[in-house]
Amino acid sequence: MALNSYRTGPDEKGHFGIYGGRYVSETLMPLVMDVEKEYQKAIKDPAFLAELDELNRVYIGRPSPLYYAERLTEHLGGAKVYFKREELNHTGAHKINHAIGQVLLAKRMGKTRVIAETGAGQHGVATATVAARFGLKCTVFMGAVDIERQKPNVFRMKMLGAEVQPVTSGSATLKDAMNDALRDWVTNVHDTFYIIGTAAGPHPYPMMVRDFQSIIGRETREQILDLEGRLPDSLVACIGGGSNALGLIHPFLDDPEVEAYCVEASGHGVDTDKNAASIAGGTPGVLHGNRTYLLQSEDGQIQEAHSISAGLDYPGIGPEHVWLHEQERVHYVSATDDEALEAFQLCCKMEGIIPALESSHALAHVMRMAPTLPKDHIMVMNLSGRGDKDIFTVAEALGEEI
Amino acid sequence: MSRLKPCFEALKAEDRAAFVTYVQAGDPNREISTEIFKGLPAAGADIIELGMPFSDPAADGPAIDRAAQRSLAAGASMKQTLQMVREFREENDSTPIVLMGYFNPVYAYGVERFCSDAAEAGVDGLIVVDLPPEEDDELRIPANAKGIDIIRLATPTSDDERLPAVLNGASGFVYYVAVAGVTGGKSATADDIGTAVQRIKSHTGLPVAVGFGIRTPEQAAAVAARADAAVVGSAIVDLIEAGINDDGTIRDGVVQEVLDFTRELADGVKSGR
Repeated sequence: MALNSYRTGPDEKGHFGIYGGRYVSETLMPLVMDVEKEYQKAIKDPAFLAELDELNRVYIGRPSPLYYAERLTEHLGGAKVYFKREELNHTGAHKINHAIGQVLLAKRMGKTRVIAETGAGQHGVATATVAARFGLKCTVFMGAVDIERQKPNVFRMKMLGAEVQPVTSGSATLKDAMNDALRDWVTNVHDTFYIIGTAAGPHPYPMMVRDFQSIIGRETREQILDLEGRLPDSLVACIGGGSNALGLIHPFLDDPEVEAYCVEASGHGVDTDKNAASIAGGTPGVLHGNRTYLLQSEDGQIQEAHSISAGLDYPGIGPEHVWLHEQERVHYVSATDDEALEAFQLCCKMEGIIPALESSHALAHVMRMAPTLPKDHIMVMNLSGRGDKDIFTVAEALGEEI
Repeated sequence: MSRLKPCFEALKAEDRAAFVTYVQAGDPNREISTEIFKGLPAAGADIIELGMPFSDPAADGPAIDRAAQRSLAAGASMKQTLQMVREFREENDSTPIVLMGYFNPVYAYGVERFCSDAAEAGVDGLIVVDLPPEEDDELRIPANAKGIDIIRLATPTSDDERLPAVLNGASGFVYYVAVAGVTGGKSATADDIGTAVQRIKSHTGLPVAVGFGIRTPEQAAAVAARADAAVVGSAIVDLIEAGINDDGTIRDGVVQEVLDFTRELADGVKSGR
């Protein structure tokens, strides 16, 4: 049965159905509850909202354009494809939207230090950026292997004044970076704010990150009404934890004529053990503060994810997505490494835009779907990040040397 | 029924604190871990916390994280952990056993099934560190129905406003986490511990155990003078790790070293009052 609204969650304890919640150690509970209390106050405070609006405009460069991808549309020969250009934001991705919101909250709470986890380094760079802007100390946790693979971003963070802490615990990947960030937070509860990089973690993070990211969908709504005089027929976004996807789709969830497609990274394929598709291949579990779908063994041990895109390389997903999946409001599909690579190259050649490998997963689905649709079908894809950071990975995958 | 209450009552009659040891089930492998586990009561452990290995122990420090990775690499599983308890109970029916860990492996096992299997194996209490009072109904209710205590954690951040929520539904004992941080990290001062224990006791009649940062017999004695139990984990786990050779083989005598150290700690606890 269809609900009256898909936009009322979470409940007061942070649950979307049975998902979400606050699964953290007792030391963190009072702090996490404080973050929620302060967040609720902040979003009712005109001064806070005015500061956020102003920073969005003059620091991030919002609104980001809604761009008609004309050559790509002609090439695919079906639906009319628009890109929401989040890659034009300051620091080159949507991550800055929630980083700026969270740093304002940290400042409001009197915290003097922020921490973050990062995989590819995009969220780390966004956090280091806002920390520099507001004069806060910043430590970014990053898997030792990722540090080796993402040297330009590591150097960027250092230039911005952040300390990059190599993570060697567990499997030394993004999930372990999040473990170490939680370990740091519990040790430094009094002065530290944890800027989480996606719509996951303990309540209120999934809600808060979604709210800060929803500016993407709110702008899209206005822009498409201006350009086309009606709402889009479909929305497409890539999904790791799910912050950019939720940001785009959330403002449209109660418009039944708008279909939403979230594209997981299936790595070598959903049937292999090298993928990052938690909806397709995961089961319910509890990790990093929330109940959600996880890639895990039968014994409840978390498995390593794999995707060519480091930003989607996480064995979980934001809890609201799982709820939307079970409610059948949003379609969850996937794209492989190879499909994303093909989409990456097509976008470069057709539109003169180098997309992030993350966003290339969304584009791979656009390429599959658009040709099957009529020309009056309006499709908006979130171009969530730029791909300059990925050129080394792509070169390696294509067997070229830089 | 849980062995925790009679255990604390008996120790109270002796006017001494309980000595609680933590080891991870299956660390460094099933065989050595079983020998250590079974040897702990004779070495002076009054209560044993047996860690349920989890791939992502975000509330633990490096020592217990590495122990989890070792155990899992050696084939540990929830089934094996419960089997270890069953085998322990064949020889010992008095020492309380508390399983400690994270919710996901319990959830994956199936909460109802876990509670009945744990009760049947001889488990007395559960500490699930990432399941705060707001979220623990789904485990606490079936566990209590099987006679298993749910031990809640109080921390330096649990102020007088927060404590009632922590204590409402707690049974067995209250575990006071002496420092804001992860296991195996800093130590609190004896005075701070004493003040915190008294503050918690003003809210509850349950025994108060203190853990985190207790590494020596002297520290254990100081805690035993101020609380109902002293918990040592990472220091014992470190000693197990020190018994692993570079090539991954286990040095002879590691079991004895761990049990000797346990005895020193137990003597510290006994000398505390």
